[in-house]
Amino acid sequence: MGKKRGYFGEYGGCFVPETLMPALEELERAFQRAKRDKNFNAEFESLLKDYVGRPTPLYFARRLTEHLGGAKIYLKREDLAHTGAHKINNALGQALLASRLMKKQRIIAETGAGQHGVATATGAALAGLSCDIYMGTEDIRRQKLNVFRMNLLGARVIPVDTGSKTLKDAINEALRDWTTNVRTTHYVLGTVFGPHPYPLLVRYFQSVIGREAKKQIIQKEGKLPEVLIACVGGGSNSIGLFSAFLDDKDVKMIGVEAGGKGIDTGLHAARFAGGAKGIFQGCLSYVLENKDGNILQTHSVSAGLDYASVGPEHAYLKDTGRVTYTYATDEEALQSFELLSRLEGIIPALESAHAVALAVKIAPKMPKDSVVIVNLSGRGDKDVQEVARIKGISL
Amino acid sequence: MKGFAVRGKLEYIKKQGKKAFIPYIMAGDPSLDETAKRLKLLHEAGADLIELGVPFTDPLADGPTIQRAAERALNSGTTLRKIISFLHDFKGSIDTPIILMTYLNPVFCYGIEKFFHDASEANVAGVIFPDLTVEESDSYRDFAKAYGIDTIFLVAPTSTPQRVKKVVRSSTGFVYYVSITGITGTELRLESTFNEHINFVKSFGKPVCVGFGVSTPQEAKYVAKFADGVIVGSAIVKIFHEAPERAYEFIKSLREAV
Repeated sequence: MGKKRGYFGEYGGCFVPETLMPALEELERAFQRAKRDKNFNAEFESLLKDYVGRPTPLYFARRLTEHLGGAKIYLKREDLAHTGAHKINNALGQALLASRLMKKQRIIAETGAGQHGVATATGAALAGLSCDIYMGTEDIRRQKLNVFRMNLLGARVIPVDTGSKTLKDAINEALRDWTTNVRTTHYVLGTVFGPHPYPLLVRYFQSVIGREAKKQIIQKEGKLPEVLIACVGGGSNSIGLFSAFLDDKDVKMIGVEAGGKGIDTGLHAARFAGGAKGIFQGCLSYVLENKDGNILQTHSVSAGLDYASVGPEHAYLKDTGRVTYTYATDEEALQSFELLSRLEGIIPALESAHAVALAVKIAPKMPKDSVVIVNLSGRGDKDVQEVARIKGISL
Repeated sequence: MKGFAVRGKLEYIKKQGKKAFIPYIMAGDPSLDETAKRLKLLHEAGADLIELGVPFTDPLADGPTIQRAAERALNSGTTLRKIISFLHDFKGSIDTPIILMTYLNPVFCYGIEKFFHDASEANVAGVIFPDLTVEESDSYRDFAKAYGIDTIFLVAPTSTPQRVKKVVRSSTGFVYYVSITGITGTELRLESTFNEHINFVKSFGKPVCVGFGVSTPQEAKYVAKFADGVIVGSAIVKIFHEAPERAYEFIKSLREAV
């Protein structure tokens, strides 16, 4: 953390219209109170256990390990969390925060792949809050199943047809809604991004992933892993996993961005490979932008990684060298999607398939007694229709 | 007039017992040549100050009217760089001070000090950055001061007394009072506490101009009762786009209402 409030080194901060500032200050106060509030934390932890199904298993992927012939690969099974992705940890935490500590009646969220939308709609149902979810029309097309799930859960999905019709535009609309209804509404931001205190708040709720994984790997292997791998869109599943290991200097960490059709094509969402510093949607971080400061369109086969910027803590971790960032292309992700399905009987989310793709690349070169943990951030049910479409199969 | 021209102009208007009329247009919508004509038209119609928007891909404080204007401007290749160079050439064409309204990222990418230096050379009188909070504004305000450019920050109906104080202290030109909790172009529905709140903001002694949601001469007239100036954006952007032949008359009617 940097010296200045809400900063990670030079990244982070709070760049929003003044209308939202009082709400962000209120949120920060509620967050500080939540951290100390025994009742709040007891309720959250009990829900994580009995409702979400935590701890999620740390599964030794024997067949994948044998196939690759190198490091032992473990999968942190966030796909087994209720609603099928790590997103539920944060959504539930914020829904509780909104209803218990801030007394709001309504929550809104943005969603790309739909996992955060489903998780927020779930949290809203559980806490008895009304819920609207903003989603780009391109993502609605790619993730019809999740749209239906959100509707079943009682949430309204509001299509966003501006700009690239994906996540960044959904965030703009959600921020506009929040600006308009800020007194009654809490905005459940889905990742470690945006204005302070969101990057810290979301990290707090997602840090359970890393704490569990650390305990579990020590139980199973009697040591820390050599490498952690997680995909990075906004960056919440990766921060969740990495946060518990940041002080363990011998643990190497790798964040995998969406390489799309390749960096040279310009059709990707690899902010560290192709972006620059910029101020966007509430904070200073790495952004895909042109030299005039306008935001570029992104592309990824996975809606959840298809975003022009990345959480400010990641930008800091990149600059300090604590975490290495690389990317996997659409093609590599699709191959890993099928590989994991066939070898382990686990269909990963296309987002998580990017992390698997990197394990496929590096594990064969590592010694057999070394350990890699791949964060399987979500399950792939939502993606099967889109993958079928790409393969030219009509379902 | 060089340096802190927004402040100067507002003081002048106040001494005359009048209220300021501040129209907004988007630079480069649909072209910078057209912008030059519109700036002259606004001047002739009696604008006291002009707010000139810089197009940005993700204008999250703006409604659909201004977002579409930004898209048109971006499609015509308009950038902050080109706008500053345009204003440099335009210098002296009108004597109405021009305020640039731009989201922060174009300025950040331009280089903060270089921006203020070049903007000052181009006679930019003031700046409004809708996504710059006072908390993050130190370096921006230092450069603005060094180059004689007024900074204008926004106060919202949700702003707490502590925040109002900070915002007023950071604003040199005027305080931009956002009349509604919402985005630009939203229907004006003044809350019952509007009067009280705006009087509180005014009590710190700096000029307070009101914008967001003012779209008719009647509304402008009403708002002018409480404010030192009235800002009209979306309604003007809309008429220039949809019925440019009626723009002058409409703007004139707003001017007279204020």
